[in-house]
Amino acid sequence: MNKATRDSFGEAVKMVGSTDPKVVVLDADLSVSTKSILFAKEFPDRFFQMGIAEQNMIGTAAGLAFAGYTPFLCSFGCFLAGRYETIRVSVGYSRANVKMVGTHSGLGTGEDGYTQMGLEDVTVLSALPGLTILQPSDHLSTVAAVRFAASHVGPVYLRLTRQKLPALYQSEHSFQMGRATILKEGRDIALIGTGSMVHEMLAASQLLQGVNPWIIDMHTLKPIDRSLIKSLGNSCKWIVTAEDHSTIGGLGTAVGTALAEMGASAKLIRIGVEDRFGESGPASELYEKYGLSAKRVAERVRSLL
Amino acid sequence: MKKTDSPDELRSLARQCRIDIIEMLSRAGSGHPGGSLSAIDIITTLFFSKMNWDPKNPAWDDRDRFILSKGHGVPALYAVLAEAGAIAKEELNTLRRINSRIQGHPDRAALPVVEASTGSLGQGLSIAQGIALGLKLKKSPARVYCMMGDGEIQEGQVWETIMSGPKFKLGNLVAIVDCNNGQIDGHVTEVMDLAPLADKWRAFRWHVQEVNGHSIEEILIALDKTATPTDQPHAIIARTVKGKGVSFMENNIGWHGMAPNPEETARALEELRQR
Repeated sequence: MNKATRDSFGEAVKMVGSTDPKVVVLDADLSVSTKSILFAKEFPDRFFQMGIAEQNMIGTAAGLAFAGYTPFLCSFGCFLAGRYETIRVSVGYSRANVKMVGTHSGLGTGEDGYTQMGLEDVTVLSALPGLTILQPSDHLSTVAAVRFAASHVGPVYLRLTRQKLPALYQSEHSFQMGRATILKEGRDIALIGTGSMVHEMLAASQLLQGVNPWIIDMHTLKPIDRSLIKSLGNSCKWIVTAEDHSTIGGLGTAVGTALAEMGASAKLIRIGVEDRFGESGPASELYEKYGLSAKRVAERVRSLL
Repeated sequence: MKKTDSPDELRSLARQCRIDIIEMLSRAGSGHPGGSLSAIDIITTLFFSKMNWDPKNPAWDDRDRFILSKGHGVPALYAVLAEAGAIAKEELNTLRRINSRIQGHPDRAALPVVEASTGSLGQGLSIAQGIALGLKLKKSPARVYCMMGDGEIQEGQVWETIMSGPKFKLGNLVAIVDCNNGQIDGHVTEVMDLAPLADKWRAFRWHVQEVNGHSIEEILIALDKTATPTDQPHAIIARTVKGKGVSFMENNIGWHGMAPNPEETARALEELRQR
């Protein structure tokens, strides 16, 4: 079943809203796009349409959290990260129990082009102490991430896709916050992906005859699973990270830092958007152009051998 | 804490808080006296007269909330909290010291009774609105007061909230603007004039009152008027004097963010004790 993780979010937040009356949702005129509209239709009294005013939405969510509610606020990831100073103080420093949902992550956003793409959101937000950052890769892991966010006390950033992704997991239980999921055990090379790039890595491994890479779904970007990185860093020759996000400050940076600090012998390759802006185009063509497609990932891996 | 509606008693409490403000800033060696002294009469009146709260039970669900959006004025809030017994008077000696709960700008994680972490201007009214929405949603009778500076209103986020407050019918939200006409680079009227401020709030469909922010009588009357059940959020535009109560600080923008030295402290305290 192919499904955009934003669609899964809409269904999941409606689900948690039906069992937890403390769950409230805010959106800034993008509820049709972020899919929070599914919650809005079911629970109009607990949905707050804030208009095109993200800062006010963020502060209002913090206040709702202080009043005992569990607010999910929704927008495109780039528009949330752009209000960093408000998130920094009203949510981060305030330890507000706010769940921030940023859809339209990365180049996968496609034709709308760079201004609508969350490409630096993880870079910016991961600097905030105490913020959990999750990027699920299919429907069931998104449902699990939303359930986790609703029950976790503390701020969470949930990074979701506009584009559809194939189903990957059979049950919600395969998602464990802070513990990366090993999709395939391998030898010498570890492919560590997050979000949409997990699927590109799986497809890339099909193209790599005679290569037997580890494939890891790093759905929790903060706190990152250092113990798994450590064991892979000591047993593999190459660690390849892949993210639909800037390579400055995202998954690749976090993995690289962990590897360097432990003095791992593995060498690191970071696949992602390399210090450049995005542009308009079909997501698949953008993935090809920017080196994120399964084919380009496979070529990159083969060049290592 | 003994609550009172007597203007004379409230004036006396505010005078004691002014003394505490000067003493704590002098000991700290840095901080913001001007905006603390302009706000103190209003904060004192709220906490000792009109707000429904309990310094011994600060987490009480149905308490009225006070958000100090102009976080740099926090010595005024600490002074009132200490006077009310919510924090110990001795704790005021730790202002701006390492490991202190009373940070240079309010930190709700360290000191929950301050309700919101502020200091990045323009954010407090959104937070206050969120609390007011939450209280309304759970049918709590509690009210939310948010104090802002006039210079602070130059921040765009404030206008987003002025736009949204009436939509959500938040009659339980009271914004108070401490209009001391001073900000770091000069007079508000010169840096970025807000006039006609009351008309702007009215145009955004708030219930607006204008008061002398140092007249306890006027503050009491204005706050009473905000208690009438209504769907309209309230704004009180309070005309104040930056540095009020210490002659050499009054209307002198240099005292926005500078602590008095020992000689200035002695002069200020002598003036305040003779008032």
